[in-house]
Amino acid sequence: MLEFFNENQEMIYFLILCTFLGIEIIANVPAILHTPLMSGANAISGVILVGAIIIMQKIDPQDYVSLTIGTISVFLGTLNIAGGFFVTGRMLSMFGNKKKK
Amino acid sequence: MIALVNISYLIAMLSFILGLKFLSSPSKAKHGNILAGTGMVLAVIVTLISQFFGFSVSINLLLILLAIVTGTIVGKRMSDRVEMTAMPQLVSLFNAMGGGCAMLLGIMEARLGTPPSSASLILLWSGLIIGAASFSGSVIAYRKLAGKQKDKRTRMIMYVSRILLVSFLVIPGLYLTNLLPLGLVSVTLILSSLALVYGILFVLPIGGADMPVVISLLNSLTGIATALAGILYNNTIMIAGGIFVGAAGILLTLLMCNAMNRSIFAVIGGKFNGSGVSSGD
Repeated sequence: MLEFFNENQEMIYFLILCTFLGIEIIANVPAILHTPLMSGANAISGVILVGAIIIMQKIDPQDYVSLTIGTISVFLGTLNIAGGFFVTGRMLSMFGNKKKK
Repeated sequence: MIALVNISYLIAMLSFILGLKFLSSPSKAKHGNILAGTGMVLAVIVTLISQFFGFSVSINLLLILLAIVTGTIVGKRMSDRVEMTAMPQLVSLFNAMGGGCAMLLGIMEARLGTPPSSASLILLWSGLIIGAASFSGSVIAYRKLAGKQKDKRTRMIMYVSRILLVSFLVIPGLYLTNLLPLGLVSVTLILSSLALVYGILFVLPIGGADMPVVISLLNSLTGIATALAGILYNNTIMIAGGIFVGAAGILLTLLMCNAMNRSIFAVIGGKFNGSGVSSGD
């Protein structure tokens, strides 16, 4: 475990700084934006798609089971990203309309 | 090629930071969404190019492209058709997709062969368990908000979920000390099915009115699963994106609890008598 810490020091610093940054940037969000922010953050967590693509590249083209799982995971990741950003956009456009009225 | 990837990942990370920042201020929220979305598209395209550039077109690439195109179309359609009141459960459903992706990623990684160190195995399984629990939990949250699932609160659920929590520590421990006569793939499959059950039991007792808080919590869990997978692949954009969502999601969960005048423990415990939110004010 100590070895792991020594080898990955930079990454651990990066993790800690990102954690605090993540908390700080949304600290002043007004209650009305809670749901759109949640939805937007949800879309960003779809960046797991990058991992799915990386692993799809490693899979042997003869291994049909893994290929199927991989295709499903890419599909799920894309759905998370695309759906997430589109639905956030729709929520926010509805806010715009409300203000005009 | 590596320089291109690194620079694009840096730009994508900045777009996530600014996107989240803008999303939390009413006047700029729309720009924030577009900015974060653009960064995401950049990250995905650059990853695709860097992974498949120079190789002949393989079935893997074709399947990825097919999945991305259908995923985009289905996602667009689902979000276009949804009604204003049904949006929170749709967010939950999309979050389930991300958790499912994290779970499948862990299974595929296990099928590829043993990762080198026990540290990476722990990362792999943590991501897998969190992803799977977030997947099934989000599906239950979706069903509750859609009115298809009622609250269930029994002692049985409480005991079983505690046993499951212990098993998430015991099973990997037994495997790593060579006491478990099972292969890596079977252990991974067992852990993911247990985590799926745990996710269901975690959300079942929680009241329907608290679902937005729970969705936010599960959302931040998906972020953490993403970050763990990112550490496994040493991929900065996955770590950064995942941790931002994880940290912001937990803060957002607490803020939502405050807005509802409830404590996070009362929500997770499924209590209603805590601060009396049910008697609408």
